[in-house]
Amino acid sequence: MSTSIQVSNLGKGYKQYPNQWSRLLEWIIPTNRIRHHVKWILKDINFTVQAGQALGIIGMNGAGKSTLLKIITGTSYQTTGDVQIYGKVAALLELGMGFHPDFTGRQNAIMSGQLMGYSLAEIMDHMENIEDFAEIGTAIDEPVRTYSSGMQVRLAFSVATAIRPDVLIVDEALSVGDAYFQHKSFARIREFREQGTTLLLVSHDKAAIQSICDRAILLKDGVVFKEGKPEEIMDFYNAMIAEKGNETVRQVATESGKIQTISGTGEAEVEEIYLLNGKGNIVEIFDVGESVSLRVKVRINVSIPRLVLGYMIKDSLGQVIYGTNTYLGELTECDVEPGQDLVYDIKFQMNLGPGSYSIATALVSTDTHLANNYEWRDLALIFTVVNLTHTHFAGCVWLESQMEVTRL
Amino acid sequence: MFKTIVQYRQFIWSCVKREFQSRYRKSLLGSAWAVINPLAMIIVYTVIFSQVMKAKLPGIDSTFGYSIFLCAGTLTWGLFAEIIGRSTTVFLDNANILKKINFPRICLPVAIICTAIINFLIISFLFLMFLIFTGNFPGIEILAIVPLLLILILFSAGLGITLGVLNVFFRDVGQMVGILLQFWFWFTPIVYPPTIIPIWARGFLAWNPMTQIVRAFQIIFVEKRWPDMEGPLIVAVLSVGLCMLALRLYRRHVGEMVDEL
Repeated sequence: MSTSIQVSNLGKGYKQYPNQWSRLLEWIIPTNRIRHHVKWILKDINFTVQAGQALGIIGMNGAGKSTLLKIITGTSYQTTGDVQIYGKVAALLELGMGFHPDFTGRQNAIMSGQLMGYSLAEIMDHMENIEDFAEIGTAIDEPVRTYSSGMQVRLAFSVATAIRPDVLIVDEALSVGDAYFQHKSFARIREFREQGTTLLLVSHDKAAIQSICDRAILLKDGVVFKEGKPEEIMDFYNAMIAEKGNETVRQVATESGKIQTISGTGEAEVEEIYLLNGKGNIVEIFDVGESVSLRVKVRINVSIPRLVLGYMIKDSLGQVIYGTNTYLGELTECDVEPGQDLVYDIKFQMNLGPGSYSIATALVSTDTHLANNYEWRDLALIFTVVNLTHTHFAGCVWLESQMEVTRL
Repeated sequence: MFKTIVQYRQFIWSCVKREFQSRYRKSLLGSAWAVINPLAMIIVYTVIFSQVMKAKLPGIDSTFGYSIFLCAGTLTWGLFAEIIGRSTTVFLDNANILKKINFPRICLPVAIICTAIINFLIISFLFLMFLIFTGNFPGIEILAIVPLLLILILFSAGLGITLGVLNVFFRDVGQMVGILLQFWFWFTPIVYPPTIIPIWARGFLAWNPMTQIVRAFQIIFVEKRWPDMEGPLIVAVLSVGLCMLALRLYRRHVGEMVDEL
């Protein structure tokens, strides 16, 4: 594998002048007096992406994600450092390709293709492909101003990916499209990746980042705050959003090498968590459909007026398979005092498909974790489901079926 | 830079086509307007000034003398004003694509210049037709307009790109250019012959690069003789200087430009 994108010591600062006159003075007076101060948007960014890899970029609004993508695309220039990029780049920045509203989709597609450096003949060769993929029908010959935002994104994506680029950069664009088109475009992105296209993706969509990226970086206040596996970074990011006041977020490695993310204010914490099988033994491997019990021991550190325990079962990509809480189960504990530890027993049937799963727990005051977040623990427990006693099936849930066929 | 322009020639050509399309979109007569407009101008100048007002240029005896004088001046000025006016706002007008796609930005002013030249050629063609029909075609001296045109385009391009880059950072430039062009137009002998202004003011007039160019055109078409090339050559040197300034400004600030749009 070869390097596709190398970003080294990259920094971006905007010159800020107290007023326009001081900019004029700085321009025309040849002395070196600096009349501006530089506002740094990105500081000392370093990362390398190998050809065919997909890197997710996550961060809150204003963290510098879009600026970073613009610099990598080349529409904006870095102030310090260096970006090396190998091969042809296609980018979907700020939801589009800069279509002109008065021209038809077809005219705009040709224009955008030419802007990307393709020849007219090349674009014409791929026009049919663009039309087919965008699926906007006869609207292709209507002015773009009559398009919905979804249609514009469909066309923009189709144009940007009509010819497989070496590097594809997507900034949130796909979140505008409908679910059908999202699936279709992700399928195309996956196909490109298999052929060696490098992907840079900015998204707030957890599923998108986790299902397509090999790696993710979390930008915070213009620096790479964290870099790692998408699931780990996403967990950290979600914990960071939930973070309020003086809460802390920490990550510890579990015995299996996975990274557990713990955040919250710490009034209560999960002390022990395990799964018991039907015989009451603590195990980590279960058969499909087995009756199990999730036992959670909670330690109370400070008196709490109201406590709700929530848990989520996630698959190996971090997608939530099932989640509920004791508020929904009508088991809200009120006025718990320190020293009064609680033990929850949650019984359920392990109706999951074979695979590895994790459980995340939340100790909160209401049923949303954004109110009072005492503790949030991702990857609190990891277990495996195997199919020992059932006929083979695909997928992540066990939906027992009765089959019947009638010959007429 | 010239390599990239050649590489993006198809895009530049599309821009030019698009420019014409957007100008005449949704009009019944379409691009016929590109011909009707200048035609109307020539008719107004000839009918009003030669037939109705019987305006005469001092020293020129032809009926159409003043009309030809006017056309030669406005044609030349039109090319200059179009390049300057459009180049000043070209980066602002295209902010949308500048922010989203990475391509050589210099293509945009180049497309503007090409569009202006095509417009000029359409009008010139009509003007030449008019000259032939009225028996006022200058003859071999017409060839002198080729170097003059090159100088004019170089001058306009250098000034236009300079103003275009400056306008991204100082929007005052855009406002100023409109006013500047007004003053400049009247400070150039286009509607009046320089002979009608006092001697002392003529000295100032000669400092105006556009005077040199416009005068040369007028001499070719009205007096039908080779113009004195000394003035235009000085303008050529100035134009090369302007173009170098424009390129320097462009190279130095093209990176910051997107951040200001």
